[in-house]
Amino acid sequence: MWEKPKLAASDLQIEESPQPRTLRILTVITVLGFAGSLYLGLAAAGTDILQGEIQRIFYIHMPSFFGAFTAFGLTLIGGLIYLARRREHWDRIALAGVEVGLAFSLINLLTGSIWARPIWNTWWTWDPRLTSAAIMCLTYAAYLMLRAGIDDLDRRRAFMSVYGILAFVTVLITLFIIRIVPETIHPVIVGASPQNAQGGFEATSGVVMALFPSLLLWLIFMPLTLIWHRIRLEKRIEALNRLKTLALSE
Amino acid sequence: MKTPFFTGAAAIIKKDLRAEFRARELVSVMGLFALLSVLVFSFALELDREAREEAVSGVLWVTLIFASMLGLNRGMALECDQGGLDAMLAAPVSRSAIYLGKLLGNFIFTAIVGMVMLPLMTVLYGKNLLDAWVIGTTVIGVFGFATIGTLLATMTVQTRAREALLPIAMLPIVLPFLLTAVRATTGLLNGALDGEWRGSLGMLAGITVIYFVICLLLYRYVVEE
Repeated sequence: MWEKPKLAASDLQIEESPQPRTLRILTVITVLGFAGSLYLGLAAAGTDILQGEIQRIFYIHMPSFFGAFTAFGLTLIGGLIYLARRREHWDRIALAGVEVGLAFSLINLLTGSIWARPIWNTWWTWDPRLTSAAIMCLTYAAYLMLRAGIDDLDRRRAFMSVYGILAFVTVLITLFIIRIVPETIHPVIVGASPQNAQGGFEATSGVVMALFPSLLLWLIFMPLTLIWHRIRLEKRIEALNRLKTLALSE
Repeated sequence: MKTPFFTGAAAIIKKDLRAEFRARELVSVMGLFALLSVLVFSFALELDREAREEAVSGVLWVTLIFASMLGLNRGMALECDQGGLDAMLAAPVSRSAIYLGKLLGNFIFTAIVGMVMLPLMTVLYGKNLLDAWVIGTTVIGVFGFATIGTLLATMTVQTRAREALLPIAMLPIVLPFLLTAVRATTGLLNGALDGEWRGSLGMLAGITVIYFVICLLLYRYVVEE
């Protein structure tokens, strides 16, 4: 009976592994970068002449979509490599990508909704791009539900890799729908806006100055840091589950 | 030696059609469901004549998608319980051929239901759905549902919750099909300009092809062991 704690301690080594230095550096960069980008967007950039202060939400709205894009992209890549190599690590990346991406796309929807209230005079409209963004969120929420419903570990990993690959199509549709369905009212800031777009503004040098660092942060540093932390958390959960089985089996 | 691709797929379709012809288990359930759904919508929405004409393509597509899921769930569960899936996996046919066979089987059954619904709804909803383009859109849309549905049903049938998971997994992914199909049908029925519904129909055909290729390639990963 006394051997149980010993086994447990050796099994819990993952939990005690210290954060790698790269991760610490990344975390610091992300936190500082987030504060910096908020400063640039909320204070340093000039107020929009037509829209006023509400335009500043754009510095989070658009970058958060690209953050979700990176995260869901990692899910796609993780799924493809998992199916080819069968290393469970890639499945952890895929799962972390879904959770982080879902959080980012919810930020994207929420900020868009807050912006739309004064500019479009409504919280929500069934515009093609808004609809496709909502579909994207629902698809990845379904990923999490489906994942919870599969008990067998290998089967779960393989199935969810397949689902993660399928789900990415909704991300691409959201990204390109403005070019396909021209009747959207969603403005395009970089490049030509659709004819019916309402609430666009010019990408002046001031806008670009505040947007670029924020975009870089949300596109690369925020998803990578969060996903890395989430992967470590997943490893701990797995270690804990192994421990539970061990404790129950004795 | 492997059975040639199309021979394998054709054999599976033949098997499904024969089983269906003898037991009439799927089309009857799907058809009855579709009929009930059309009636229930008509009561639940308390439609007056004008609103009924507006809602007709939505009712058509929502009914078709649920009928398709019903057929997929039932068909896959039968396949799994009676050992059909294991037998097909043991047979020397490629996984893609199994996918194509099962896909076309579901497509044929749902399309039959669709073809029964069109005249029925023409009578009940007072809108002429028996137009060549509407029929074509229905066929393409149903095929699109089946591409995703066959892959996902094969997945969900192997899970704990089974029937409950297919709608959750499938509905968000088929939404692009649903949107474009409803748009194309509404445009056609309301006599919109050619450009308006042709664009949606083109998009529907486009995503159907894209998803068909992706699912064909991915199918072998959901039928392992």
